[in-house]
Amino acid sequence: MSNPLADMDKPDVIFCIGTNMTECHPVAATRLKRALARGAKMIVADPRRIGLAEIADVHLPLRVGSDVSLLLAMAHVIAREGLADQAFIDERTAHGEDFLKHVEKYTPEWASEICECDPDDIERAAIMYGGADRGAIYYTVGITEHICGVDNVQSLCNVALMTGNLGREGTGVNPMRGQNNIQGAGDAGALPNNYPGFQAVTVPAHQEKFEGAYGRRVDLETGMTKVTALDLCGDGIHAMIIDGENTLVTDPDRHHCEHALRSLDCLVVIDLFMTETAKVADVVLPATAWAETDGVCTNTERRVQRLRAAVPPPGDARPDWWIVSQLAQRMGWEGFEFESAKEVFNELCSLSPIYAGLDWDRIEHGEYQWPVPHEEHPGTPRLHEERFENGRGVFKMLAYRDPEEVISDEYPIWLTTGRRLAQYHTRTQTGRSGGIDYLLPEETLEVHPDDIARLGLEDGGWAEMSSPRGRLHVKVRGTTKSPRGTVFASFAFEDVPVNVLTGGGYDPVTQTAALKACPVALKPVGPPPGVGRGAPGPQIGLGRL
Amino acid sequence: MTMKRNGTPATSGRAVRLTMTLDGEKVAFTRGETVYEVAERHRREIPTLCYDPRLEPFGGCRLCVVELEGARNPVASCTAKAEPGMRVRTRSAALEVQRRILMEMVASENRDTDVDPMHGYASQEMAGLLDRYDARTGRFRGATSGTSRPDDDNPFIGRDYENCISCYRCVRVCAEQEGDYAISIMNRGFHTQITTEFGGLLKDSACTFCGQCIQTCPTGALGDLKALANKDVPGETEKTRTICTYCGVGCSVDVMTRGDEIVGILPAMDGPANEGALCVKGQFAFDFVGHPDRLSTPFVRDGKDGPLRPATWDEALDFAAGKLRKVVKDHGRRSVYGIASGRAPHEAAYMMQRFIRAGLGTNHIDNCSRA
Repeated sequence: MSNPLADMDKPDVIFCIGTNMTECHPVAATRLKRALARGAKMIVADPRRIGLAEIADVHLPLRVGSDVSLLLAMAHVIAREGLADQAFIDERTAHGEDFLKHVEKYTPEWASEICECDPDDIERAAIMYGGADRGAIYYTVGITEHICGVDNVQSLCNVALMTGNLGREGTGVNPMRGQNNIQGAGDAGALPNNYPGFQAVTVPAHQEKFEGAYGRRVDLETGMTKVTALDLCGDGIHAMIIDGENTLVTDPDRHHCEHALRSLDCLVVIDLFMTETAKVADVVLPATAWAETDGVCTNTERRVQRLRAAVPPPGDARPDWWIVSQLAQRMGWEGFEFESAKEVFNELCSLSPIYAGLDWDRIEHGEYQWPVPHEEHPGTPRLHEERFENGRGVFKMLAYRDPEEVISDEYPIWLTTGRRLAQYHTRTQTGRSGGIDYLLPEETLEVHPDDIARLGLEDGGWAEMSSPRGRLHVKVRGTTKSPRGTVFASFAFEDVPVNVLTGGGYDPVTQTAALKACPVALKPVGPPPGVGRGAPGPQIGLGRL
Repeated sequence: MTMKRNGTPATSGRAVRLTMTLDGEKVAFTRGETVYEVAERHRREIPTLCYDPRLEPFGGCRLCVVELEGARNPVASCTAKAEPGMRVRTRSAALEVQRRILMEMVASENRDTDVDPMHGYASQEMAGLLDRYDARTGRFRGATSGTSRPDDDNPFIGRDYENCISCYRCVRVCAEQEGDYAISIMNRGFHTQITTEFGGLLKDSACTFCGQCIQTCPTGALGDLKALANKDVPGETEKTRTICTYCGVGCSVDVMTRGDEIVGILPAMDGPANEGALCVKGQFAFDFVGHPDRLSTPFVRDGKDGPLRPATWDEALDFAAGKLRKVVKDHGRRSVYGIASGRAPHEAAYMMQRFIRAGLGTNHIDNCSRA
């Protein structure tokens, strides 16, 4: 996030796009609700009538994957209505004039042909956001998990830059990170293009710095992304070490993924449970869990916080860092003789410019948000206050692109996927926590009642859902939360593995999978053998080894 | 920025120093502060039951009354704004008598005056005040209020309204903090009842089971059923401050343990990201940690199609290193790939990239953020 969580109750106008925050980041959403109670206005762009849409002033039910068209049209209206912040554009940005010219042709009427939103609503939303003194944008993977994820984010930056909604309290372009330490995994250098602290691997000075620290020269060449690596399993990639990810279930195109992992000579999985992924591994190593592990995590607002062990781990489970460092020692490599999490974190701080002012003891109370470039620095709750990292905020001239797969006669319905409040990811944790299944015992496919009638389905009955990559059976639930022509399911339940279907394309820059837009076909089927209507979902067990 | 455009000064505290008199002592305050807040800052320990610092002042319990010079009756300090020159007494024999009688009356409405601390964060507030004011006299014993809902079969929130004192903290936290408006107040006086719309189960209401109502309840009328299920686990309850394991908001929690067992979760009121708020997962989905499905030993697979069998660390690490070395020998150092977790701490991700970079000299490392 460019701005701190504490800023979330301060905007005049909130613009949420591709974020189902009341279910995925419920505590952050309470801040937005407090802003609304104080009189703030809210625009929600989401294909579904999610919880936030119910309390929004304007809901833009855009067609999945059409965000760029909507945002171009909003920029068009902001420019046409004279709501652009010319002083900000002049002082802080580059290519502003070109951008204002670029958006002249993108009218709300043009966009409505693509995104299927009412042009008047686009107009209202644009004037609302453009007219705000403090306008804040919040987004989640509804923006990034498309073939145009980068374009989507840059479209959001464009409208924030043109209205001067960056670098001030209650403004910003704010991604809500989905996992407790997904920000930290990037900060710590688990990226193919960056060393710790987002230092590009292609810069010779960085190569030299890490050669000094690690005693080994690392390639100047960027590594491959996980997506590419999975594509090349058995053909260039022959071993993988996977820590704490149920890749087989969470990644797109499950059949492809399973085939990939099975074609490795060596798969090492480090996890808490015998996950579907662990079951295909050659070696499974037991890790300590949350509340058993001392360590550090960074949240969505870049706040660096301490994790503390409260109970001992079961049996022989060990911290992930210990496992990997031991493995390195068994490989015969030197420099991996770490004794504690503190020692590991302090080495990270010593090599990362954004953590340079931090160490294990200084983060005791969690008051620092990075960058913290030196020990006297108070941390940076709000980015871009005085200047942008690269000097000026650069407008990008974008055009709309269709998703790689679009609906057709064969696959006439859009499937979009996501999470639900009570369950988390593939239920490896929430499915094993007492009571959670009371709130959400099974997965259902959310289908608009008109589509149920049109497709000959039955509310509470079963449907076969198929895409070019696979098919599955799922129970149907009629709801106007889904728009006509779009259905929704989460990837939480093992018996509804929606990622068997997804996988139609990736963003060309980040290689993030297009999990949010997948054309599918639906047809009625009988209930699976042995399952009556209303039967609970499967209980998680150790399963077959 | 708006402030400046309107020409309104951002703060007025700097130019004029505002003071009032508190128990004969001249003290400073900032505009907008309540008498209660000023007194709290000066360690006056004024008793409250309907007060939660995160909520709008309510003035319902009247325990926080103070004597204000010029006012005929004591005033509720939580709702009275501090004014320059105000003269306030927070302690007097008369106030203590009034507070004691109030406590005796409050207690008389409830079935139990003492509840297990596992009920929730604030559950001992009433019992503590009954002791402080020596108010366990039972002299107003008679009618009680509130009807419990044992029919609500949800596994998280116990609804024992026979111990409710109608402070409305649950209703207010649900509305003001959560913005959910799942519960409300029905009837008046002894018939007052906290209820959902149409009096149904929480599951069928707008309730998201965040547990905030439990944690603010000062009497244990609402109780954390998951923690209460562990109330007989032997040992002293210890608390460990850490960060929730689910989404990226980074809520601070206090993990309650007895011996080697997690017995419940308390929200951290001073958590910088959450300021006391939690969601259903952070509050209740903790017992995967001690689940019997947890892996407690390494496993290795002999051959490609053999079963996974338990192994010692020595055996498993040598086995893994042997296989990895063979891959590097057969296919080169660029044929090994590392995937770090977005769910494990920094040290895990850092060590994984260090393994790939310092060990193999490649950048074939990623985390799970692309899917």
